[in-house]
Parts: sequence; structure tokens; C-alpha cells
Amino acid sequence: MAKTQIAITVNGKAIDALVEPRTLLIHFLREQLNLTGPHVGCETSHCGACTVDLDGKSVKSCTMFAVQANGADVRTIEGMAAADGSLHVLQEAFREMHGLQCGFCTPGMILRAYRLLQENKNPSEDEIRMGISGNLCRCTGYQNIVKAVQYAAAKISGVPFREAAE
Amino acid sequence: MIPGPFAYHRPKSVQEAVGLLAQWGDDGRALAGGHSLIPMMKLRLATPGHLVDLAGIADLKGIRADGGDIVIGAMTTQHEVAGSDLLAAKIPLLRETSLVIADPQVRYVGTLGGNVANGDPGNDMPAVMMCLGATYQVTGKNGERRIAARDFYQGAYFTALEPGDVLTAVRIPVPPAGHGSAYEKLKRKVGDYATAAAAVVLTLGGGRVAACSIGLTNVAETPLWAEEAAKILTGSTPDAATVKKAVAAAEAITSPASDRRGTPQYRTKMAGVMLARALARAASRAR
Repeated sequence: MAKTQIAITVNGKAIDALVEPRTLLIHFLREQLNLTGPHVGCETSHCGACTVDLDGKSVKSCTMFAVQANGADVRTIEGMAAADGSLHVLQEAFREMHGLQCGFCTPGMILRAYRLLQENKNPSEDEIRMGISGNLCRCTGYQNIVKAVQYAAAKISGVPFREAAE
Repeated sequence: MIPGPFAYHRPKSVQEAVGLLAQWGDDGRALAGGHSLIPMMKLRLATPGHLVDLAGIADLKGIRADGGDIVIGAMTTQHEVAGSDLLAAKIPLLRETSLVIADPQVRYVGTLGGNVANGDPGNDMPAVMMCLGATYQVTGKNGERRIAARDFYQGAYFTALEPGDVLTAVRIPVPPAGHGSAYEKLKRKVGDYATAAAAVVLTLGGGRVAACSIGLTNVAETPLWAEEAAKILTGSTPDAATVKKAVAAAEAITSPASDRRGTPQYRTKMAGVMLARALARAASRAR
């Protein structure tokens, strides 16, 4: 099948590439751009491990063709830390709050939490849980992921983080 | 899971899309958000040779008032439906429904048009559109036509759409001010299709039900409009005995499949439970 030319911005870098129309965005990112942060989990748009940010939306890159992302601005976990390597506040939050164990879901969780906090600077615990309801974690029981998002929200707003009593 | 090969088209206008789809016939498929079609393609249950992506057609986006109707472009996402102030004010049932569809990521991409056009009995919006008395605007090779949601669904994945048709917009008559509505959906987890779900719109007058409409999701090959149940309720206070009769009438028209969500008997009963809850909540919201 003939390949299609796409122009796409990934983590701030403009990229021109040839893709087969049937190439999924996740495979394009991982195999053509070597961005292996977004993970292939369930491949059925349930688990959210492949979540990336695309034009201001959290999307499951396993359920989108790369050609659909032509012209889009995409951000993956590789684009979160600053150029000097200092962590994004959400990365720091997941580390500080032990928001990961095996880490497989973490790139998707962080990208989803990133968009959630862009839309809602001060989400309630309920809003965080609903906000990440498209991302599965089989290790943590979510408790520390929720805490990590609360930690990041507090830090972004410049208020001290207070852990809720359990 | 890699889909079969296909040629990708991204038309700029509805006319162009219709031309492409008409040209390819059964080998062409319109692509909206893709969150039903792409999973089917990954499983090779769908193997279209040509995908016509509707994302480049600006006319298919947006939510606007048009006289007594609200018109929602087919490519409007569930996220946009849930976030619309106009819909929150005029038809809050749509926000309530879109928020129980799938998960945040899917709602950013999944579209209202795709949800109603796909013909999957598990989709939530079709029963809601039947409940609201919506019509679908369709453009095909012979021009534009309107199809009532209540006449649209013929069987699982079979609808009134012909090859070459594009569903361009959903037109919904705004329910009267003071109406109450609710969508009650039983599901096993976030993102699941309904075990059973019920949509209700009703208006009260002098403590009685002046008008009522009911839709049921995923308890038959098609979404259901429970006309008889609504008739039973109309004119009632609605007291417990009448609600029970209406629930029985709604249960009687279901014929759910047996799947991992439950046996047919269970899902029928759950349709009744969802209806009773939706009626109570809609009545409590009506003024």
C-alpha cells in the first residue's frame, strides 16, 4: 500500500514522515520515532498505557492512525522533562508520592494527569479519579497515583501539599 | 493487532466525502472518531479498502440553536457535548449521557455522529435520541434527507444509512422548559457498555405527568423507544402502582442477548430497575 506523507510536531520537534495509512499512532511513535515511553498495553483502548497528548486532548494512540494525526502537535512522556533533565512537576510528584511500582502505566498516567491539570487546576479527589478512569494500573491500587496528582496540583498552584488523612 | 491495508482519504467537504463513499460502495467506510471502527479493523472484523476521514470537514463541527431545535454537527466529540453550556442549559440529558460513555480519552475523540450512526446496540446516544425525538440529517448521492432516530435502527449494525451516505448532523427539538430528564446506566466498570440503561424525559403539570418519553439501551438488537410504558405514565402522578405497570411494559419489549454482562432475564430486570430510577430522578428534576 502506498505510503502517505505526514507532517507532525512531536515534543516540540517538527517531523516529516512517510507512513502506511494503517500504521497506528502508537506504532509510529515507538517504531519510527523510537519514542518508547508510550506503551502498548491492551491494544483495545481500555488500559490507557498508550495515552499521549494531541492538540490539547488526551488520546489513546493505539486507537488512532498516524495519518489522522497529520498536522497535530503531540506530546509524549519524553517531552515532559526540561531540556536540562529536570523533572516535570508531575514526574517529581509520581516519584515523591510513590505513584508507581512497575511503571508500565506511568507514561500514560502522567500524560493524562497533565491534561487533567491543564483543564482543572484544583481537582477534587473524585475529579482526579474520574479524570484518570481511562488509565488502568495493576500495581498501586491508585491511591498513590491520586496523591501524586494532588501533589502536582498543589505545587503548580504554589500551595503546600497536605496529605489527606486516610 | 494491525488493521488490513486501506487507502486514506481526507475530503474537505461533505459533497466530496459523499462522492468518495459512493464511488467505493461497500469497500468504503466513513471514519469519524474511529473508536468503534478502528478496534473492529484491528480485529479484522472490518476490512474497508478505503477510509474517508470526516475530520477535515469544518461544517460537521459545532453545536447551535436553530429555532426550537438544537443542531449538533456529527463530528462534535463527546467531550464537546459534555462541555457545552448551551446543551447544559437546554438538554442536560446529553451531558449526563456523554459523561457515562467510555472514558475521558475516548470522549475527547469519539463523536456524537459516530455514536448514533454506528448502529451498535451498546452505544448510549441512540436510545437517548429516540427518547428526545431527534432526527438525523443525512447527505447521500441523491442529496439531503432527514431520518427520525425512531425509524433509523433496523438491527445490530443495520441502520437506514445506505452506502455513500454521510450522517452530517443530529437535530434535537428542545424539550419544554421545566422538563426533567435522566439517564441511568448499569455498567460493570468505567468504559463498559450498559448491562442495561434507560433514558427518560418528562414534563409535569399540576403534579401529573403531562408528557413522557423513554429510551432503552443495549437490551435488544436495536435501541428501543418504550412508547407503551410512556403512555401508561402519562396523566399519572406518577404513583408506585403506575410506575410498576410502566416498568413491566418496558421490560416486555426487551430481548437482550446473553453475554458476560448477564443473562437475558437479568438484563431485562435491570432495564426495569434503570427505568424506575430514571423516572424518579427525572420527576425530581421537573418543575
